[in-house]
Amino acid sequence: MQTAAAPEPSNYLNVAHTVKSWLLTRDHKRIAILYLLGITFFFAVGGLFALGIRLELLTPAGDLFESETYNKLFTMHGVAMVFFFLLPSIPATLGNFLVPMMIGAKDLAFPRINLLSWYVYMIGGLFTLAAALLGGVDTGWTFYTPYSTAASNTHVVLTGVGVFISGFSSILTGLNFIVTIHTMRAPGMTWDRLPLFIWSHYAASIIMILGTPVVAIAVLLVALERLFHIGIFDPNLGGDPVLYQHLFWYYSHPAVYVMVLPGMGVISELVAAFARKAVFGYKFVAYSSLGIAVIGFFVWGHHMYVSSQSIYAGLLFSILTYTVAIPSAIKVFNWTATLYKGSISFESPMIYVFGFIGLFLVGGLTGLYLGAMGLDVHVHDTYFIVAHFHYVMVGATIMAYMGGLHYWWPKITGRMYSEGWAKFAALTIFVGFNLTFFPQFILGYLGMPRRYHMYPPEFQVLNVLSTAGATVLGVGYAVPLIYFTWSFFRGARAPANPWGATGLEWQTPSPPPLENFTTPPVVTQPAYAYAEENAVA
Amino acid sequence: MHSPDAISHARLQHHFDTLEQQQQASTLGMWLFLATELLFFGGMFLAYTLYRAWYPDAWVAASHHLDVFWGAFNTVALILSSFTMAMAVHAAQTGSRQGQIVFLVLTMALGTVFLGVKAMEYADKFDHHLVPGPGFLFDDPRYARAAQIFFSVYFAMTGVHALHMVIGLGLLLWLLAGARRGTFTAEYNTPVEMVGLYWHFVDIIWIFLFPLLYLVGHH
Amino acid sequence: MGNIPLFPQQASNHATAVDGLYFFIISVTAFFALLVVVLVTIFAVRYRRRHAAEVGTPVHGALLLEITWSVIPLIIAMVMFYWGATVFFAMSRPPQNAMEIYTVGKRWMWKFQHVTGQREINELHVPVGTPVKLLIGSEDVIHSVFVPAFRVKMDAVPGRTTSLWFTATKPGQYHLFCAEYCGQRHSGMIGSVYVMEPAEFQTWLAGGAPPANMAEAGEKLFTDLACVTCHHEDNTGRGPSLRGVFGSTARMTGGGSVTVDEAYLRESIVNPQAKIVAGYQPLMPTFQGLVSEEQMNMLVAYIKSLASRPAETDAAAPAAAPPQ
Repeated sequence: MQTAAAPEPSNYLNVAHTVKSWLLTRDHKRIAILYLLGITFFFAVGGLFALGIRLELLTPAGDLFESETYNKLFTMHGVAMVFFFLLPSIPATLGNFLVPMMIGAKDLAFPRINLLSWYVYMIGGLFTLAAALLGGVDTGWTFYTPYSTAASNTHVVLTGVGVFISGFSSILTGLNFIVTIHTMRAPGMTWDRLPLFIWSHYAASIIMILGTPVVAIAVLLVALERLFHIGIFDPNLGGDPVLYQHLFWYYSHPAVYVMVLPGMGVISELVAAFARKAVFGYKFVAYSSLGIAVIGFFVWGHHMYVSSQSIYAGLLFSILTYTVAIPSAIKVFNWTATLYKGSISFESPMIYVFGFIGLFLVGGLTGLYLGAMGLDVHVHDTYFIVAHFHYVMVGATIMAYMGGLHYWWPKITGRMYSEGWAKFAALTIFVGFNLTFFPQFILGYLGMPRRYHMYPPEFQVLNVLSTAGATVLGVGYAVPLIYFTWSFFRGARAPANPWGATGLEWQTPSPPPLENFTTPPVVTQPAYAYAEENAVA
Repeated sequence: MHSPDAISHARLQHHFDTLEQQQQASTLGMWLFLATELLFFGGMFLAYTLYRAWYPDAWVAASHHLDVFWGAFNTVALILSSFTMAMAVHAAQTGSRQGQIVFLVLTMALGTVFLGVKAMEYADKFDHHLVPGPGFLFDDPRYARAAQIFFSVYFAMTGVHALHMVIGLGLLLWLLAGARRGTFTAEYNTPVEMVGLYWHFVDIIWIFLFPLLYLVGHH
Repeated sequence: MGNIPLFPQQASNHATAVDGLYFFIISVTAFFALLVVVLVTIFAVRYRRRHAAEVGTPVHGALLLEITWSVIPLIIAMVMFYWGATVFFAMSRPPQNAMEIYTVGKRWMWKFQHVTGQREINELHVPVGTPVKLLIGSEDVIHSVFVPAFRVKMDAVPGRTTSLWFTATKPGQYHLFCAEYCGQRHSGMIGSVYVMEPAEFQTWLAGGAPPANMAEAGEKLFTDLACVTCHHEDNTGRGPSLRGVFGSTARMTGGGSVTVDEAYLRESIVNPQAKIVAGYQPLMPTFQGLVSEEQMNMLVAYIKSLASRPAETDAAAPAAAPPQ
C-alpha cells in the first residue's frame, strides 16, 4: 500500500499530460479512454433525443413537436445510440483496455490502426452530428428504401456517410482484436486458459469484420441512389426495395451480438470474481459465443416475415432463430450454476450482474415470441419489438457495460468510487429500465405501432408510465457520470487488486505502467483458478 | 525472445517480442482485412445476381455495350501486374533493392494502364449516354430500365474496384520510396508482402468482374 | 381506470390461434425466468461470502447437466418453431372462395376497392363470417396493413402484390394502422375496419351511387391501353389470349412453368420480359409508370374475370363482342 506522501509510480496516465500526448497516443489504454469520452458524449446526445421522444408521447395528440421533428428525433436517437454508442461501447472501451492486458500483451497488434479507428469513429460521428445540426434525418435508423432513396428530403446522404465511415472504425477494432488474440498471447496463455471476456470479444470481432462491410455497401448504395437515381432499390426504375432489407439485416441482426456478446464476456468475468469461483462449464460458455456469432449470420430474415419474403425462406430463418437462442440459454444456466457453492459478495459490480441477468432474461426470452412466425406477424413493428430490443441491446448491454466499468474502474483510473452511490445507481437503472420498457410490451401486443407520433387515446396510461420510467432511468444513468468524474480526480487510491480477483490485469499496478506489466507475465493456470492458498490478501 | 538479432532489429515495434511475431500479426491482419473486403464486394455481387436473374435478356443487351477487347486487355494488364508484383515481393525477400525498384515501377505502370483504359471506357459510356441518371438513353426501349440497373451495378462495382486500384497505386508509391531508401531486406519485408496480398486481391476481384460484366451472353 | 385495455380484442379467426401461441410462450418463458431468478436468489443468499478471504468451492462442469440444459430448451424451441410456423401457414393460405378487396397504400392514406367497385378511404367495411382477402400494393414507399384485433399484418411493397386474409368474427369497429414507417404523417395513416352483419354489409354495399365494377373498369382500360391489339381472345394475336389463364399453369419460354396469379399478372405488366409464355416473342413494352396502382388492380380484376370463361375459344367466338 502506498502512503499519501509517496510519489506515484510511473503509469500510463502520468507519463505525460499534454493534449498532444493524448491525441497522438498509440497506447491501447489511452485510446480506450478517448473512446470512453466519445461514446459517453454520443450516449448523452442519444439520450437527449430519447427525452424528446418520451416527452412527446406523454399525450396522444402529438402536440409537443411537429410530426417531422418527432420522426427526426427517433431516427437520430437510433443512429446515435446504435452506431455511436452501443456498437463501440464495450469493445472499444473495456475491450481496448483489457484485451491486451488479459492475455499478457504490451499492446494491441496494430497500435496505429487502433488510434486510427478512434479518429475514424469521431469523423463518422461528426458527419452524423453535422447532419443532425443541419436539420436532421427522418428515415428511421434502418434507412429503409425506397423511403430513404426516393421520398425523404432530409440529410440522408450526410448521415449515411457518417455511418459508413464509423463502420470502418468497427472493422479496424475487430481486426486488431482477432490478430492480437491470435498472435500476442503471453507464454502459457493457451486458448483454453483465455478469460471468457476474450472469447466473447473474439466472437464479436468476427461479426465486426464480416458483417460491417455489407451494411457499409448497402448504405453506400442508398447514397448513390439518392444522388444519381441509379435504380438499384427503386421499384419505379425496376429495382427491388426488399434487397436493401436483406443487405441491411445481414449485418444489423448480427450487430446485436456485437453489442451483447462483449457484455456476456463482462458478466462471465464478474460472476467468477464475485463468486470467487471458476465459471461453470467454461468450454460451453466459450464455444457458445462462437456459436452465437456463426449462427447469428443466418437469422436476418426473421426481421422480414411480413416483407413479402417467401414463406419457405421465413421457415428457415425461424428455425435458425430458435437455434441461436440455445447458446444464450446455455450461458445463463452456466452463470447461475457458477453461483452454486460460490463465495458471493455484493459489491456494486455484482449488483449490475444481477441487473443484467434480470434484463437479459426478459430481453432474451421475448426473442422467442418474435421467432415464432405466426406471432411475429402481430407484434412486428409494434412497441413489442421496441421493448424487446431495448431489453437486449440497451438494458442488458448497458448493465454489463456499467458493471464492467465499475469492476475495472480502479484498474483503469487507479481510483475507487463511492460504493453507496454505485449501488444506488444500479438499483435506479434497474427499476427505471423496467418501468420504461415493460409497459411497451403490453402496448405492443395491444397493437401500438412503433414510430408513431400520435396514437389512440387508450394507449396513454401505459405511455405515461413509460415516460415516468424514462425519467428514473435518466437519473440512474446520470449519477455514475457524477461520481465517476469525482472519483477520477478525488477518489481514494485503488490497490492493484481490490476485488481479490484472478486474471493478469489484476497482477499489475493500478493504473498499469506503460507497457502494462513490470515483468512479462507467464501463465501457469487456467482462468479463474480461485483457491484458498491463492486467495489474494 | 530467442533471437537477439531480431530483437535488436530497428523495425521491431516495441510491443512485439520478435520480428517473426510481428510478421505473423501483419499477415493475419491483412488476410482478415481482405475477408472484410470480400464481404464489401459481396453485397454488390448479390445485387448483380438478383437483377441478372430478374432481367436476363436486358443483361445480355446491356453487356453488349461494353467493349470486350478493352475488358480483356485490362484483364491481361492486371494479370501481368500481379506477376510483376510477385516478382517485387521476391526481390524484397532476397534483398534485391534494384529488383524491387524495377518491379514496383512495372507494377505501377501496368496499374496506371488499367486505370487509363478504364477512364477511356467511362468517357465512352458518358458519350453514349450510358451513365445512369436522368440522361440515360438505351437503344432498345424494352430493356431501357433494366439496362440502367445493369450500368448502375457496372459503375458501382468497377468504380469501387478502381478506387481500390488507386489506393493500391498509392501504396506502391510508398513502397517505392521505401525501396529506394533500402528499407526492405531479407529479414524485414512485411510491407511489401502485405501490399502484394492486397494487389493480388484487387486483381482477383477484377477477374470475377470481367466475365460477369463483359461476357454476359457470349457463349 | 376501468377502460385501459391491457389485452387486444379478438375479432378474427387468426386472433385465437395467435393468442393461444402467445399464452403458450408466456407460460414457458415465465417458468424459465422464474426458475433462474429463484435459483440465483437462493444461491446468492445461501452462498454469500462469510469472511473476506473465503473462496468458492471448485465445482467442475458436468457434461450431463450441460447436455440437459441444451437439449431441453432446444426441444421446447422446436415446439415453438413448429407451432409458430403452423399459425403462419394458416395465415398465408387464404381459402379459395375468399372475398377479395384491393388495397393500395399511398402516403398517407389507405385506399380500398371492392370487386363490385365501391371505393373507401381509410375505412374498410367487411362482413362477419366471410373470409376476406386483401390484395395489397403501394403507390410510393413501403407501408404495412395492420389490424391488431385481427392479428394480421402485411407489408405493402411498391412493385409487388402482397396479400393477407382473415375471417372477421365479431361485429364492431377496429383500428387499422400503417405499421411500416412511411414518412411525415406515418402515424396519421390510420383508419377503421368496420365488421358488419352480412345483411347489413349487403345493404352498405348496395348503398351510394352505383359504381362501375372493377372488372368492367379494367376492361375499358384494357382497350384504352391498346392491350387488345395483341392479346386477342381467340389466340391469334402477338400475345397470348388471356381467357381462362388466371389460376392456370402456363409454360414458359426456356422451360419451367408459372401459376398465373396476381403477382405474375403484375410482373407481366411491369416487367414483361421476365417470364415469357412459351411460343411468344418478348415484344411487350413495360407499363411501369403508365398504370397507377388502382388501374393495375382493375386490369388484374378484369383478367381474373376472364378466368371463368373457357380458354379453348373456337373461331366462332366473337372476339369483337364484349360480353355484358
